[in-house]
Amino acid sequence: MANSSTSSRVGLFARQTGNTLVTLLVTFIGLLAVTFVISRVVPIDPVTSILGERATAAQIEAARTQLGLDEPMWKQFAIYIGNTLQGDLGTSIRTREPVAEAIAHVFPATLELATLATILGVIIGVPAGVMAATKPGSILDQAVRLVGLMGYSMPIFWLGLMGLLLFYGHLGWVGGPGRLDVAFQMEMDFELTQYTGMILLDTALNNRWDMFANAFSHIILPAGLLAYISMAYISRMTRSFMMNELGQEYITTARVKGMPERRVIWVHALKNVMVPLITVIALSYAYLLEGAVLTETIFAWPGLGSYITDALLVADMPAVLGGTVVVGMAYIGLNMFSDLLYRLFDPRARV
Amino acid sequence: MTGTIAWLREPNPASRAQARLGQAYLSWLRLRRNPLAVIGLLISVTLIVIAIFAPLLAPHDPIAQDLTRRLLPPGTSGNWLGTDDFGRDILTRLLYGSRITLYIVLLVILTAPVVGLIIGTVAGYFGGWVDVILMRITDIFLAFPKLILALALVAVLGPGMENAVLAIALTAWPPYARVSRAETLTVRNSDYIAAVKLQGAGAVRVIWGHVMPMCLPSVIIRVTLDMAGVILTAAGLGFLGLGVQPPLPEWGLMISAGRKFLFEQWWVATMPGLAIFIVSLGFNLLGDGLRDVLDPRSASK
Repeated sequence: MANSSTSSRVGLFARQTGNTLVTLLVTFIGLLAVTFVISRVVPIDPVTSILGERATAAQIEAARTQLGLDEPMWKQFAIYIGNTLQGDLGTSIRTREPVAEAIAHVFPATLELATLATILGVIIGVPAGVMAATKPGSILDQAVRLVGLMGYSMPIFWLGLMGLLLFYGHLGWVGGPGRLDVAFQMEMDFELTQYTGMILLDTALNNRWDMFANAFSHIILPAGLLAYISMAYISRMTRSFMMNELGQEYITTARVKGMPERRVIWVHALKNVMVPLITVIALSYAYLLEGAVLTETIFAWPGLGSYITDALLVADMPAVLGGTVVVGMAYIGLNMFSDLLYRLFDPRARV
Repeated sequence: MTGTIAWLREPNPASRAQARLGQAYLSWLRLRRNPLAVIGLLISVTLIVIAIFAPLLAPHDPIAQDLTRRLLPPGTSGNWLGTDDFGRDILTRLLYGSRITLYIVLLVILTAPVVGLIIGTVAGYFGGWVDVILMRITDIFLAFPKLILALALVAVLGPGMENAVLAIALTAWPPYARVSRAETLTVRNSDYIAAVKLQGAGAVRVIWGHVMPMCLPSVIIRVTLDMAGVILTAAGLGFLGLGVQPPLPEWGLMISAGRKFLFEQWWVATMPGLAIFIVSLGFNLLGDGLRDVLDPRSASK
């Protein structure tokens, strides 16, 4: 009896995972379809942008064949999907380098920024949301709500400029734009081993704590600002999940039995909101990857966002679309991941 | 006055209009109790008034340059908020900029929610493979990071206000489709829908006349909450030089112009940012308050 129920549960999980994978595949192909359509309606002719204006008709013909532009549309799309799956995102018009290689080079910088921001956002946002939920309508609740709404209302690029103006220009508390001071930057580029491409980890692994401190003074402002945006979202969601949970009967039972309020809130209730909360955190992480685009431009942060905006300004469409595909994939991946976590750890979702 | 209020509060309304206005009056009473929402409402109304009367309120010309008066600090007589690098009055440009912001917001909220509403109600009403296909498309667009998709679209279409609006609208419709589909699913099997169908109404008539009105409250709440997002995205596109083009006084564009003098003439970048912040906050506060008032699920808490 027990055996059969276990096997049916495993079967159910396998079936759900199968469904998730199909969804993943369909969404992925849809994502590529959109970028493919965008790339085909570009008014810029890819052949002219590679060969220049003075190419002969024969050269143009040869290039068209080489790029596969004389194939039927569906075949071009199939080739595009195949190439993307093999990690080939095309060649940048600006640098003539493969887009995938360039993105692999800049992505760790963005990942580092978004990760640090998410960690900070969770550390502040979750307790703030929980405390707001325990005293709804109180001053604290109103404050959390207002601070959160302000985070939703500020243009991130403006916040970045204001941060630079105050903390760098005026107070001198943090490092300015870039990942390191100029003096350290040369050393970083030529002498240190780059293990991960993430500056805090690399300087630490090289045992260069002076550089680590410098890198930290540079990353803390952009990461802090992104953390504010993510905190706004996380605290708001935490509050609403907790409000919902604190109205449940098992909470009343625990209180009636004389359990300390602190334990009721931080252990019993929080444990039950953990799973939806992880979904929210994953979503805000994905959102930060996107928010990094404008932030990186302000802070001259050499990540994916800077890569995309630099490419945009010179109409380097393969690079822009390659970046779009990568961020889109990260989005889909994080969504699926949180979905899977939800089903693995929340027994209610299995029904 | 008291007569009007009594008419609004009449428990047995004589006409449909009276019933609706009465409901609206009760909603207003509830909204009025929330000070933050009232502030939001005031900000939104002020924005609209400023946009309408910008030429009357503005002390200078928003485009004409005066290089003898460039980069004057705030508080200079005649230029309360200072001037920019072309000697243009920042206050004047902010006032005129409100028109551009409002124009973009209006265009987006007149297109995206309508598209989403149609897709969502059709998917929810017909169900089956129509539902599967439409919702799959919606999911694909939801999977895109909004700003980056908008960036890619504008890069293809070319910079400019209309293309920015198109790009924002194309990225903004999926949540509306989701919301309307969910609402449609809750009413599609109701008795009143069955009654209309028995009377011989076709699908278009049922959806248009009897399903869509049920979706409207949720869509309206979503619109108010989305307006701030639209403003921020439009400003971001302007900031990157992909939206409204100079010399028009778009707020994001003004911030990007002020970036060059950030450390010396801080006001050039600060003022337009403050304008964006205040207006977005206003819409967010209003949307938050409206949700509490109009959404019965959250009002009960």
